[in-house]
Amino acid sequence: MNVKSFEEINERIRKKKAVVGTAEEIIKIVDEKGPAQAAKEVDVVTTATFGPMCSSGAFLNFGHSEPPIRMAKIWLNDVSAYGGLAAVDTYIGATEPSEKKGLEYGGAHVIQDLIDGKKVRLRAWSYGTDCYPRTDIDTYIDKDSINEAYLYNPRNAYQNYAAATNTSDRTLYTYMGVLLPRVSNVTYSTSGELSPLLNDPYYRTIGLGTRIFLGGTQGYVAWHGTQHNPSRPRAENGTPLASAGTLAVVGNLKEMSSRFIRAATFEKYGVSMFVGIGIPIPVLDEEMLRFVSVRNRDLYTSVFDYSVPSRSRPALARVSYAELQSGSVKVNGRDVPTAPLSSLRVAREIAATLKGWIAEGDFELTRPVAPLPDKANVKGLEIVKGPEVVGGDAR
Amino acid sequence: MSQVKVFLKFPPARVSRPVTYHLVKDFALKINILRAEVAVNKVGELVLDIEGRDEDIEKAAAFVKGEGVEFRVIDSAVAWDRERCVHCGACTAVCPSGALAMDRAEWRLVFTPADCYACDVCLKACPVRAISPGFDGEPAAE
Repeated sequence: MNVKSFEEINERIRKKKAVVGTAEEIIKIVDEKGPAQAAKEVDVVTTATFGPMCSSGAFLNFGHSEPPIRMAKIWLNDVSAYGGLAAVDTYIGATEPSEKKGLEYGGAHVIQDLIDGKKVRLRAWSYGTDCYPRTDIDTYIDKDSINEAYLYNPRNAYQNYAAATNTSDRTLYTYMGVLLPRVSNVTYSTSGELSPLLNDPYYRTIGLGTRIFLGGTQGYVAWHGTQHNPSRPRAENGTPLASAGTLAVVGNLKEMSSRFIRAATFEKYGVSMFVGIGIPIPVLDEEMLRFVSVRNRDLYTSVFDYSVPSRSRPALARVSYAELQSGSVKVNGRDVPTAPLSSLRVAREIAATLKGWIAEGDFELTRPVAPLPDKANVKGLEIVKGPEVVGGDAR
Repeated sequence: MSQVKVFLKFPPARVSRPVTYHLVKDFALKINILRAEVAVNKVGELVLDIEGRDEDIEKAAAFVKGEGVEFRVIDSAVAWDRERCVHCGACTAVCPSGALAMDRAEWRLVFTPADCYACDVCLKACPVRAISPGFDGEPAAE
C-alpha cells in the first residue's frame, strides 16, 4: 500500500512539486486512472464550503483611551458587543441584531464593514473605577486603528446538514431560507462532495492546529466545534447521514476579504454570516484517497419538516446530494424543487484558490496537534426545577 | 400584438388621474398590475404588464406622457446586483416564474428578466440583499 507522510508532502510543496486537485477534480482523476494510481500521483485534495454559519464572531481589542475606560456595555454601529472581558477587549457575535436597524444590520455586518476597512462607530459605557476613571466613550474605529481583530467561530463547517421543507399551510421564514407551504420547496446547505469534513469522515487528517483557508487568508482549526457529534449513523463509505462533526476556527480578520466573509439576513429569522472555509486533505494512502473521492450520489441527508416546532423534527425523505443538486427531489412521492443556500460557486473558487496556494509553495499542511473527538454525546437542554435555595430565593 | 412591461411614475399632482382606466378604455390594452405604490400627494409608481397592438401601445405611451406621467418600457421589475450576489441560490427557492434559476453546471445565478412576474418575493429571500425593486438593465425604450 502506497503511504505518504505529511513531511514528504510538505517537502514536495516546498519544492513546488506537489500534485494538488480539488475534491471535484480528484473524482475525474480516479475515473481516468483508477484509485491506486490516483493515490500515488495526487498529494493533496482541497475541499471548501461557503455557507451561512451563525456561530461566528470576532474578538477585538480597541486599545486604551486617555483617560482609560473599563468598557462594560459596548456597541459597534449600534450592535451590542460583549462587555464581560477585560477593559478594552470584546467579542462581537455575528447574529447580534442592531438596536436601531433590527435584522437588516447585525454583528456580521459590523465584521464585514471592518474587513472592508470601513469606519465603525464605537460607543461604550462604564461604571468607572479608580484605575479606569472614564465612564463613557463615543468614537470611530477601523481595522487599522485597533489592535487585534480575529475571527473565532465556535461552530463552522458542519459535516453534513439537514435539508428543509414545510408541510404546513403557511410560509415559514427560517435559517434554512423561505420555506413555501405544502412542501413546495426543499432547501439544503452543504457543498456535498466538495465539503471539508465529508472528505475526511473520521477526522484522520483534520484536527486541532490544522492550517486552513478562512475568509480569504490562512486560519486554523482551534478546537472541535460546539455540538460536534461524530457518533451519528454513518453510511458504508464512512460519511455521516446527518449533521455530525463541526470545527471551531480562528483567523486574522484584518487579512480577510468580504468576498469570502459576507453578512446575511434571513428574513424574519435573523442575521448570519457566510463563511468561506477551505481545508487541504493530504492523500496519505489509498484509504484517504477513497475518502476524498466520495461522490454526491454516495452522500446522503434527510429532508426534515421545519413546520414541526420541536428539536426532533420528523424526517420525510432520505436524499443524496446528487438528487438535491439535480434541482428536484422526491418527497412523499412528489417531485419538489430544491434550492441551495450555500454557494457552490464560491466554494469552488475557494478550493481552486487553496489549490493555487499549495501548488505555489505558499501553504504547507499541518499534522494535527491533537485529533478531534471521535465520540460524543450531544445533550439536549432539559427544563428542570431549580435546586432548593435558602430563603426561597430563586437564583 | 406585443406584450411589454412598463413603469409609470406619477408626480404628486397627477396621482389622482385615472390613467389605467384610459389605457384599457381608449387604447384597448390588456393590463396586469404587477406593482402599485400610490398615495395621495406622494410620488406614485406603477409597474404594468401591457398587452395590445403595437400602435395602440405607442399611442398610449404618448397619452400617458401627455398627462405628465413618466412612461418607460422595462425589462424587469427587480434589479439584480451581480457584484453583491454570492450565487447561493436562496432566491431560487421562492421564485415562482423561474426567472431566477441556477445554472447547475457553473452554479451561477441566472436571471431572465422577461420571465419575472414582479412578485418581489425574492427581495426578502436574498440573504445578502442583492435584489432590489427597480429595473434590470437599461430601459428598452423611452
